Amino acid sequence: MVHQYKNNGYNIVLDVNSGAVHVVDDVAYDVIPLFETSTKEEIIDSLKERYLQAEITESYEEVKELAEQGSLFTKDQYQGYMEQFQDRPTVVKALCLHIAHDCNLACRYCFAEEGEYHGRRALMSFEVGKAALDFLIANSGSRRNLEVDFFGGEPLLNFDVVKRLVAYGREQEKLHDKKFRFTLTTNGVLLDDEVMEFANQEMANVVLSIDGRKEVHDKMRPFRKGAGSYELIVPKFQKLAESRNQDRYYVRGTFTHHNLDFSKDVLHLADLGFRQISVEPVVAQPEDDYALQEADVPKLLEEYDTLAAEMLKRHREGKDFNFFHFMIDLEGGPCVAKRLSGCGSGTEYLAVTPWGDFYPCHQFVGDEAFLMGNVTDGLQNKQLQNQFKRCNVYAKEKCRECFARFYCSGGCAANSYHFHGSITDAYDIGCELQKKRIECAIMLKAALAEEE
Amino acid sequence: MKHVKTLNTKKLQNTVKKGGCGECQTSCQSACKTSCTVGNQSCENK
Repeated sequence: MVHQYKNNGYNIVLDVNSGAVHVVDDVAYDVIPLFETSTKEEIIDSLKERYLQAEITESYEEVKELAEQGSLFTKDQYQGYMEQFQDRPTVVKALCLHIAHDCNLACRYCFAEEGEYHGRRALMSFEVGKAALDFLIANSGSRRNLEVDFFGGEPLLNFDVVKRLVAYGREQEKLHDKKFRFTLTTNGVLLDDEVMEFANQEMANVVLSIDGRKEVHDKMRPFRKGAGSYELIVPKFQKLAESRNQDRYYVRGTFTHHNLDFSKDVLHLADLGFRQISVEPVVAQPEDDYALQEADVPKLLEEYDTLAAEMLKRHREGKDFNFFHFMIDLEGGPCVAKRLSGCGSGTEYLAVTPWGDFYPCHQFVGDEAFLMGNVTDGLQNKQLQNQFKRCNVYAKEKCRECFARFYCSGGCAANSYHFHGSITDAYDIGCELQKKRIECAIMLKAALAEEE
Repeated sequence: MKHVKTLNTKKLQNTVKKGGCGECQTSCQSACKTSCTVGNQSCENK
């Protein structure tokens, strides 16, 4: 399967099943779609009015060579491999600890409903957190790198337990030959020097929630009484980013129907001095006023193009920044097994509520149908675990003919469930945006390669 | 090649043999939490 497109002046050809990416000139771009179904003579005949015969022949030979090398027109030969792969015993390697189901902000789009996840306000006790870490170690098999995210609600409302759990994890990792990678997500309200020092010492990554321009941020991320939070958090986030040498963190925003021109928010964050930026589409129900709608898609796609072009311009001016959704590693990216098996929710990744219940991921928390077990009794709902285990790209009808399947791994199971009632479907607006992001990311690689 | 410039040398089919160690980062632990970004992750088994 081949996906070819033009973006920002580049002709890009992606050979989906090998992952090979080619930048081609116009004649090769026109030869490629004809190659598999026409003879050389037919191709020359159909293109001879646009190109010289010698050029067409030359391009044809180059395309043929790439096909012979296994970097064009390769077939999808991974389905049997994935079936074997998913029969391996499941290990757990990552936990999202809901350290606080409470929040000091009242963000309008919060899927946790102001931190409470359709339930009661609660803080995780040290004992529950400790049992979660013990469960992770005991169920991680031979995996060495274990990931634990302190999530909420707002985790800093329970900072003391965060510190104690990190200390416990550091003690245990030595005993069991494991390596904990802790991460912290925060809205910044309670971020102070003590937290920063701790985060810089212990956190492999810190996710700082901010949406972009002041008016955009304050509209969606107010305090409970209505005041905006932008002025309070920006200087603190700037200080933290600098103290981490502009690395191992993300300022992370959400765009909604109310700021379809979100590239301005990304650039605003870059103008504030942030170098690691992630701004992502809101997850909402169609009836929410801020939900992205089908009609918004063309504008959003245009915004990604605008952003990619501006990033390139800034790169050439020496003002680079990293946009998480345009990150793509063409040489050292994940293996096929990882790409096709999905995000790992419900299998190697679990969310843990303050009272120790397991859910497939943070987005399923509070939906009793997805309760999988708890830190004391372990994983009990094996049937549900099995459903998630089998939720790979081949289980999804919509992904079979999609060029993006090796990059999104079939997309977010929670999004699929919330829009279609099944984890093996796909959230269509999300798919459109994802495809455009991949196209932009590859275009940026093409532009950078040209500079070398 | 005159008409084609290939950006990468690594082929996905070559990762079948040695892949699947699972040591790489879980997608939702990086930044997203709302969309699946497996393609953004790096291999830790080079």
